Amino acid sequence: MNYFLSEEQQMIKEIAQKIADEKIKPVRAELDEKEEFPRDLLKVIAQSDLFGVCIPQEYGGFGGGSFENCLAVEELSRACLGVSTSFAASGLGAYPILLYGNEEQKKTYLPEIASGRKLAAFALTESTAGSDAGGIMTSAELKGNEYVLNGTKQWITNAGEADIYSVIAMTDRNKGARGASAFIVEKGDPGFNFGKKESKMGIRASATGELIFNQCRIPKDRIIAREGMGFIVAMKTFDQSRPGVGAQAVGLAQGALDEAVSFARTRIQFGKPIITFQAVQHMLADMATLTEAARALVYAAARFVDSGAKDFSKASAMAKVFASDAAMKVTTDAVQVLGGTGYMRDYPVEKMMRDAKILQIYEGTNQVQRNIIGQELNKEGGRKK
Amino acid sequence: MHIIVCIKQVPDTKQVRLDEKTHTLIREGVESIINPYDMYALEEGLRIKDRFGGKVTVCTMGPPQAESSLREAISYGADEAVLLSDRAFAGADTWATSYTLAKGIEKIGPFDLILCGKQAVDGDTAQVGPGIAERLAIPYVTWVRKIEEIGDGLIRVQRLMDDGYDRLETTLPALLTVVKEINEPRVPSLKGKMRAKSQKIGVYGTKELEADPERVGLQGSATQVIKVFPPPRLKEREWIEGTPVEQVGQLLGKLTKLKLII
Ligand SMILES: Cc1cc2nc3c(=O)[nH]c(=O)nc-3n(C[C@H](O)[C@H](O)[C@H](O)COP(=O)(O)OP(=O)(O)OC[C@H]3O[C@@H](n4cnc5c(N)ncnc54)[C@H](O)[C@@H]3O)c2cc1C
Repeated sequence: MNYFLSEEQQMIKEIAQKIADEKIKPVRAELDEKEEFPRDLLKVIAQSDLFGVCIPQEYGGFGGGSFENCLAVEELSRACLGVSTSFAASGLGAYPILLYGNEEQKKTYLPEIASGRKLAAFALTESTAGSDAGGIMTSAELKGNEYVLNGTKQWITNAGEADIYSVIAMTDRNKGARGASAFIVEKGDPGFNFGKKESKMGIRASATGELIFNQCRIPKDRIIAREGMGFIVAMKTFDQSRPGVGAQAVGLAQGALDEAVSFARTRIQFGKPIITFQAVQHMLADMATLTEAARALVYAAARFVDSGAKDFSKASAMAKVFASDAAMKVTTDAVQVLGGTGYMRDYPVEKMMRDAKILQIYEGTNQVQRNIIGQELNKEGGRKK
Repeated sequence: MHIIVCIKQVPDTKQVRLDEKTHTLIREGVESIINPYDMYALEEGLRIKDRFGGKVTVCTMGPPQAESSLREAISYGADEAVLLSDRAFAGADTWATSYTLAKGIEKIGPFDLILCGKQAVDGDTAQVGPGIAERLAIPYVTWVRKIEEIGDGLIRVQRLMDDGYDRLETTLPALLTVVKEINEPRVPSLKGKMRAKSQKIGVYGTKELEADPERVGLQGSATQVIKVFPPPRLKEREWIEGTPVEQVGQLLGKLTKLKLII
């Protein structure tokens, strides 16, 4: 399929492809096995300038948009979703600053993130607040020239590894959802510590852990936008980032499909390569069709985001939900095509199947995505009258 | 530091086939790449620049299309590039090539270090690096697997040998040829690729290099290829054919008969 990439977009794809094939593939199984954070690979990615793909040029980035980011993420995900999650989470941490930060904050933080010198993270989830983000307990109280944060964030990607954290906390509990605010917290701020690192089913190369704020003091100019904007910052961040999760899914599905096709062409049973059996062909055909459909939707959504559209929650949610469901199905079927071989750790598809599951959960579960799509349909329907 | 890296554009030997009649490489339709060993030389040059500052200039002798290999080198981080190209350079052997490259390097100007791959995968002679050093009358070390130290006009390196390695020290400027053990090449950067698109690349021919026309290309070549042929087989060989199971059976029989296994 031809998606009419510009010369620059083609370059991004080529670089990410090279990193995926030459640098990530040889080590992905070991990173997964040892649950090891891919520091060296992130350095390689940094050196190639990919961390800056969707950060404006005036802040040291390449000046691309959501689509350019998707191209990079897709290729990295083809090789390892754990690595691509660590990469993409830094972008997620950067979005609040990029979308709502003031000039000073942008100048301070974005060049560091764009160059890959510093890694970022985004922290919303708590033990009492998953899908129901309004349930967060972490508080931030203005005391003189400082905000004082208290509370614990859980399951935060890049916890402990990142230097810059975009954190959502309650500044006024009485105002409910309008009482939340977004802050920039730096590793090393007094009273900011890390709790346990989780052991996971998939994306084991990525680090997921707790952020613990215990009388954590930060300068008051670290607030993003103003008090009360926390959930708006978070929701707009997700609208922006969700096509990226879709791109992760597309890359992962493509990786699994490629493995399945190459295996099916060489595995001989009943005297023939198994790809000659129609049952196998049909499975591969469906996998390829789903993957391509997901890619087309993700690219369309990302281009819509970049077009300057004002409201793209529905398109973003569609891209995320469709592509991640596709990736779950394609990776599961890839294991089926490889049979017992697919179930063994010597081959990459069992890892891909384990990795796929997270795409249906993080950045809003797929049920929550469908809620968003449904609510948008209701709104649009109301306007038509 | 000014580091000059000599690179050669070669056919991708992973794709290349031999012409049955002439025994030469069929280059048509085969993708061109930078000689893989030269990629290690380029990477080492870039690492030295990262550590000490300065610049990396890449240089190649080749047809006009060799420019693409220079642009590729820029995408990895080379600062400047020079193409030595002239119809008269065609058919050069290693003697004429090293002369031409040495003239090119003189034209580029003062340098501290020249890096080359240990050999090119299409010719496999390993002569051009040392040849350049001889022409420029500078010291050289081949088969370098590690640069230990650079400073005070000296460079200390490890030279890979069959039974270990030598540690050598020499004065700068010098020329090194490197083996693949020396590093792991990086990937190109986005900024590098953007720069590679637009950067001006100097092209020099016989005239610009003030080279002796008698010493370049086919005319300046001391060796001439008269015939290319596969070497005769030196030892008796026996082919065992059949399905894998049959082959194993036959092999076992023969080895047992020769009492090599019991
Ligand atoms: C590996 C990993 C990395 C993560 N990284 C981050 C990160 O970097 N930053 C961050 O802030 N968070 C992160 N998260 C948290 C993630 O976003 C949440 O897990 C997710 O939003 C779901 O919340 P929950 O797990 O508490 O599930 P719950 O909200 O408890 O949901 C449980 C089930 O109920 C369903 N459900 C809940 N409410 C509804 C509803 N209203 N309608 C229909 N169904 C519903 C859900 O779909 C789900 O199936 C990460 C999680 C994981 C596992």
